[in-house]
Amino acid sequence: MWQFFHKLGSPKWFFGIATRFMPWLLAIGIILLLAGLVWGLAFAPKDYLQGNSYRIIFIHVPTAFLAQSIYIMMASAAVVTLVWRMKLADVFVKTVAPVGLVFTFLSLFTGAVWGKPTWGTWWVWDARLTSMLILLFLYGGAIALDRAINDEKSAARAVAVLVLVGVVNIPIIKYSVEWWNTLHQPATFKLTEKPSMPVEMWVPLLLSVLGLYLLFGWLACLRMKTEIVMREQKTRWVRELVMAGRG
Amino acid sequence: MSEPLLQAIDLECERDERLLFQNLSFSILPGTVTRVEGPNGTGKTTLLRILAGLNDAWSGQLLWCGEPRARQRESFLRNTLYIGHRPGIKPLLTPVENLKALMAGRREVSDEVLVQALAGTGLAGFENVPCRNLSAGQQRRVALARLLIADEPLWLLDEVFTAIDADGVRAIESLLQQRAAEGGAVLVTTHHELQLPGMKRITLGAGGVHEC
Amino acid sequence: MNADRRPALKPVSESVGPIAAMAAVFARDVRVAFRQRQDLLNPLLFFIMVVTLFPLGVSPEVAFLKQSGAGILWVAALLSVLLSLDHLFRHDFDDGTLEQLVLQPQPLFLLVLAKTAAHWVLTGLPLVLLAPVLGVMVHLDGNSIAILCLTLLIGTPVLSMIGAIGAALTLGLRSAGVLLSLLIIPLYIPVLIFGTGTVAAAAEGAPVGGYLALMGAFLVLAVTLSPFASAAALRISLSNS
Repeated sequence: MWQFFHKLGSPKWFFGIATRFMPWLLAIGIILLLAGLVWGLAFAPKDYLQGNSYRIIFIHVPTAFLAQSIYIMMASAAVVTLVWRMKLADVFVKTVAPVGLVFTFLSLFTGAVWGKPTWGTWWVWDARLTSMLILLFLYGGAIALDRAINDEKSAARAVAVLVLVGVVNIPIIKYSVEWWNTLHQPATFKLTEKPSMPVEMWVPLLLSVLGLYLLFGWLACLRMKTEIVMREQKTRWVRELVMAGRG
Repeated sequence: MSEPLLQAIDLECERDERLLFQNLSFSILPGTVTRVEGPNGTGKTTLLRILAGLNDAWSGQLLWCGEPRARQRESFLRNTLYIGHRPGIKPLLTPVENLKALMAGRREVSDEVLVQALAGTGLAGFENVPCRNLSAGQQRRVALARLLIADEPLWLLDEVFTAIDADGVRAIESLLQQRAAEGGAVLVTTHHELQLPGMKRITLGAGGVHEC
Repeated sequence: MNADRRPALKPVSESVGPIAAMAAVFARDVRVAFRQRQDLLNPLLFFIMVVTLFPLGVSPEVAFLKQSGAGILWVAALLSVLLSLDHLFRHDFDDGTLEQLVLQPQPLFLLVLAKTAAHWVLTGLPLVLLAPVLGVMVHLDGNSIAILCLTLLIGTPVLSMIGAIGAALTLGLRSAGVLLSLLIIPLYIPVLIFGTGTVAAAAEGAPVGGYLALMGAFLVLAVTLSPFASAAALRISLSNS
């Protein structure tokens, strides 16, 4: 177990494994996402209330899912950074934070696009949108702190503390935003109160969520590999790798 | 030979992607003065901060009284006195208030002892003047007054002689020597020509790392 | 430099208890602050000025101020706490007292708790005491002012506690002040929501005991958890300097 854990921390070992798995992640991810999107956008039935405009859900929900789970993943890696000082965890948090930021932005953007036909305005101070906006701030803070500290080890540990503080706060923020929402807008149209989704809708949704997760895995591996090569450029195995690439 | 107080084994430190030192091993024995030497930028201050427990960007092993330092944190901190570049003197407080605050977490000291220590560093009559009205050398002396009342067996002193006049330098030199004779251990970095009989050296820098 | 009394040179184990060490840290911070009284006044002046901007910038109408007064006061208090946080560790960092604090043979989180408590007494508490005057100026009624002060009394220590984490993380960085705000403002949102929400609920005649209890829970959570995060952050920042 510990040997495995130790191996997991080795950038060289990760590099090899990631190289092997990445094509699979990419291929299966694209297939699932495409299947989910085509099914959802073209074949799934219309929503009886919202007509076709609801179909943005097949993009909005996967991005929102990713946006939230990436933060949780970062927090898990942050524990590893602080407790075991594993380089790979440092690299994961650093490289994945901008991806999380982009997904959060996408989910906000698609939410706004969806809001236009549904609520008649681009932006509503709805509990979910507001929570997502705050999540965007949290990502932004983590990235800004990482950029501000020169020494990469200190940066990783400082960001890890910040992300952990953030993850403790996320449920509190979510809860208080929901409470605030009921206090100020008791009559808002609530998505949560809709009848449950028919199978023809949630299966494609599930497919696109899974597909996007796999694609995220691929992207994370790619970004981590790049960062590892940058950081380990002085080590022998990276030099050999580069030489092999040339020859 | 007595047990070493602090022992470093295969110490390595990389800072801003530059290797400062590696395979650095030494022991600090009671009753010795050790000088850390090396040109600017070779990591003298960093080494002292690592030994003091301020910098964690190192790998290797540090033993305090034969046991890993991390497990002996409170005992180590209680028995080590570190005075750095920035001596920990608040400009708005008087020398007595400053010393009292610096000693507060360690042990109780009466005002008379502090006043006496200040007099010992040539600050008699300045006990109740805010430190911002003192010169740089005098402020430094406030911090060094701790040496006169310290009961910590290990001293880590970074650039102790900065801003101190010739008389003060001689006084500190003899204090360090006396301390070693009593069984204390002292580790210093300084650009000043320090010559004490029986002084040990740790040399950092371009030609690799030596320990004598 | 001659010393006539030499202590024993064996490692010692007894040291001062943590409560005494915390008291010393608290007392020093308060003493330093009272030697530089202008620094104590600045956040208060800032608080008053920000509140003044709203009638000038939005509307001086009684109806608007009555409705938004609690929110305005809360936002202004939050901003002035935020502004004062940059100094929490900065001076100690510059003159080296922070290094000596970390090297005390005491649990660091307790010393950080003492420092943060001093920060609250020196900035948060004066804001709470000043709030009734400003409450009258924005036409809040007596009951609302009382509830507002109560929420500020419970909420401002949370602001100091969470803020200390940000101050410790950004210690020694360029443009630390702005960065500190970016990191901390999102974490302040729950306190702000419940602080103003409680006053709004009180204005509608709803019972507020539950909300106040919830804010109390925030406070307990902040006091128990944030000193650990701040202490960890301080070690990281000092290690990097």
